[in-house]
Amino acid sequence: MEVGLLYSRIRPDEKLLLSELRERGHEVHKVDVRKATFGLDAPPEPLGDCDVVLDRCLATSRSKYASRFMAHYDVPVVNSPETAKTCSDKVETSLALAEAGIPTPETTVAFTKESALDAIEAFGYPCVLKPVVGSWGRLMAKLESRSAAEAVLEHKETLGHYEHSVFYVQQFVQKPGRDLRVLTVDGEPIAAMSRTSDHWLTNAATGAETASFDLDPEVEKLAKQASDAVGGGLLGVDLMELENGGYTVHEVNHTVEFKALNAAVDVNVAAKVVDWLEAKVAAEAADDAEADDTDADDADADTAPAEVGQ
Amino acid sequence: MTEADCVTCGAAVALPDDAEVGEIVDCGGCGTELEVVGVDPAELAEAPDLAEDWGE
Repeated sequence: MEVGLLYSRIRPDEKLLLSELRERGHEVHKVDVRKATFGLDAPPEPLGDCDVVLDRCLATSRSKYASRFMAHYDVPVVNSPETAKTCSDKVETSLALAEAGIPTPETTVAFTKESALDAIEAFGYPCVLKPVVGSWGRLMAKLESRSAAEAVLEHKETLGHYEHSVFYVQQFVQKPGRDLRVLTVDGEPIAAMSRTSDHWLTNAATGAETASFDLDPEVEKLAKQASDAVGGGLLGVDLMELENGGYTVHEVNHTVEFKALNAAVDVNVAAKVVDWLEAKVAAEAADDAEADDTDADDADADTAPAEVGQ
Repeated sequence: MTEADCVTCGAAVALPDDAEVGEIVDCGGCGTELEVVGVDPAELAEAPDLAEDWGE
């Protein structure tokens, strides 16, 4: 198959994918989105000829628009723009999870410093203030007192970008020093790991220790439901274990990194992702062929002479 | 093994055999993050600074 890869930085994750795709004889077209332009009529060459395009943009803003353009051009894209839109914004993600009835941390959104402080006080301390867009644990604040909250809110207001005035306040979930990452393809888990740290942030990017995690039916079910809730695709579903049992889903990542996961588990993650891509492309080709047959049958029926009744 | 000059300090930076355009390498001499902008011939540029919306 011909595969497009939208990127602005080739991370180890993209290298694993590129290597697996090329080893299997697939033709890969890398397109640097910093250099490409996207018009309303036709995709940048050679993406129009691709059987599937992988959106691996490092920047969320680029990912959202680039995947939207691919869908506009009718080029199959992983992930879909709907999934990218939902996952790239924590408010959208929380709403999607809540609407699907999936356990997720209690969250309140406020639009001014004053109302944000009210929301924080209502949660009590500690609670968490997160940017609505962002990753790798950056700009996350665990607020342990009113004075800390006031200071962080003032800093956020001063940062200037309008997104920092969308205050996303969340309950602090007491987790057992770790959280869980499940990598899924259309809801099917490929592999999972725990991420352990003494710090309250347990992102692999912040240095958390990773270890393979054996999926239990509950995690598997929640990962599938979370995937469905955001539109499916290739996703990293993050969950926390609750003190009284059960889990809560706090994040779903749509340009998921899997270098750390690949190192933690006995699964070749890139190979599993490419297996899924191959199956997805084959299924779409079969659907197209079936649609063509139906169109041809309809055309035959239109041109056939009408039967004359007795 | 291919090498290219660091654009900041001029030191020779070794690139992996499977280097890809768009990959990031660190200069062992000055620590600058460098982006591979060419592999044949090998060429490096200073990598862009981290932006707020980067991530997964």
